[in-house]
Amino acid sequence: MKASRFDHVLVLAGLLVIWQAVSLLASPDVVPSPLSAIARAAALLQSENFWKDAANTGRAFALACAIGIFGGACIGFVLGFSRFATEVADPILGTIYSIPKITLYPIILLVFGLTLSAKVAFGVLHGIFPVIIATMAALRNVAPVHRRTARILRLSWAATITTILAPAALPEIFAGVRIGVAVTLLGTLLAELFASSSGVGFALIRAMEIHNVVDIFALAVLIFLFAAAINGLLHFLERKIRHA
Amino acid sequence: MSFRLTRAAVARVVIVVAALAALEILCRAAIINRMTMIPPTEMVVALWQILESGKFNADILFTIVNTTAAAALSVVGGFGIGALLHALPRLRHAVEPLLSAYYAVPVFVFYPLLIVVFGVGRAALIAMGALVGIVAMIVNTLGGLDRVPPVLIKTAAALSVDRLRTLILVRLPAAAPHLMTGVKLSVAYSVIGIVAGEFILSTAGIGKRIAFGYQDFDNRTMYGMLLLLLVLVMIVNGALAAWEKRLHRRFGTQ
Repeated sequence: MKASRFDHVLVLAGLLVIWQAVSLLASPDVVPSPLSAIARAAALLQSENFWKDAANTGRAFALACAIGIFGGACIGFVLGFSRFATEVADPILGTIYSIPKITLYPIILLVFGLTLSAKVAFGVLHGIFPVIIATMAALRNVAPVHRRTARILRLSWAATITTILAPAALPEIFAGVRIGVAVTLLGTLLAELFASSSGVGFALIRAMEIHNVVDIFALAVLIFLFAAAINGLLHFLERKIRHA
Repeated sequence: MSFRLTRAAVARVVIVVAALAALEILCRAAIINRMTMIPPTEMVVALWQILESGKFNADILFTIVNTTAAAALSVVGGFGIGALLHALPRLRHAVEPLLSAYYAVPVFVFYPLLIVVFGVGRAALIAMGALVGIVAMIVNTLGGLDRVPPVLIKTAAALSVDRLRTLILVRLPAAAPHLMTGVKLSVAYSVIGIVAGEFILSTAGIGKRIAFGYQDFDNRTMYGMLLLLLVLVMIVNGALAAWEKRLHRRFGTQ
């Protein structure tokens, strides 16, 4: 059974109704009503302070994404070129990927200090592993006949990558990039929640300290919308690449 | 094949040991400042002293108990919701986009809210861990129940086994490998949610000790507890991954 658009609207409406009901039951001081949170979110979008925070987080996030994707793809290609290296590296990377990386943030802070670089480094630490793992897996899954064709045509090492491996592996790498971007955003925000003097994560902590739940909800709504929009965009690009 | 595999395993051990040795030398030679990192061997000694003195036993227990509670909530709740959604295809298709986008949004930003609602302490942490872990279990329960071979269900129907017993005797074992994947991810995500929560704001816990160690420039505590947490997480994740692999092999699903 295919879900109709109507069903999706129903689910969204249901969520809003539940939110409203919880707000009424628990008192609006603890859980604000959806309307007040959305109104506050709209007001935030017009305030200069919010955009200052957003620009701060956005800069760290964009830099971390660029470094994580590029670095991850490069490392993935180098390791993925050899089956043996892939076999050796895969469990190590998988282990690092599954540990709670927030524990490593103090080390990053000790290395970089309380700077933009620390935030970027922490974002990269989150995002780079899914990209490496996906790139290695993508290269492993390239059909052997493609590799053999490259050998028969005596393509150089660089030409093999640019004309055979990269195009064949791109869709799968992109799936890793999508996960990488999502966790990079998480990493950047976590960095700001733990220790920072600016950014959206810092605004959240500030709101928590003065028990301003409307602000917490409004910021959460904006962050979710931003993350969902990016996820949607990457999904769209992924489909385009697959069908190209 | 098995020869290659052992060769890879040997190479892996060599790489990890070499990396640790390099770190040790860099720290001992003061190329890495002591204020930044202490040598790995000193981390082990620091951890040993912490465990021997027992001064952080309450924190260690706090994290373990909370994580167990959150993981249990995610696994049981996630399985229940997953099984329910599987039985209601229309609702399932309607909420599926939410499930697939769940891990693309940083759910963790709700932690400040949970603190306002529950206060600083156990409840907020367990709720955070469960919130982060539950959807992995829902998704994998759905995936597992989808992959139960129809012939098994038909056989059960032909033998006129009732619905409940079909679920327990046929569907569950057939879905076991995928359920185990869900358990593995749920546990890993719950740990991440809880430790992150302890870092940001908490009354106790391993994460809180690491954060305190950092703020007090007490590197021995920070790195000792960090080592403890990493070892615990690797043991739990490794054990669950091994169990999952065994189930997959047994049911021939991978």
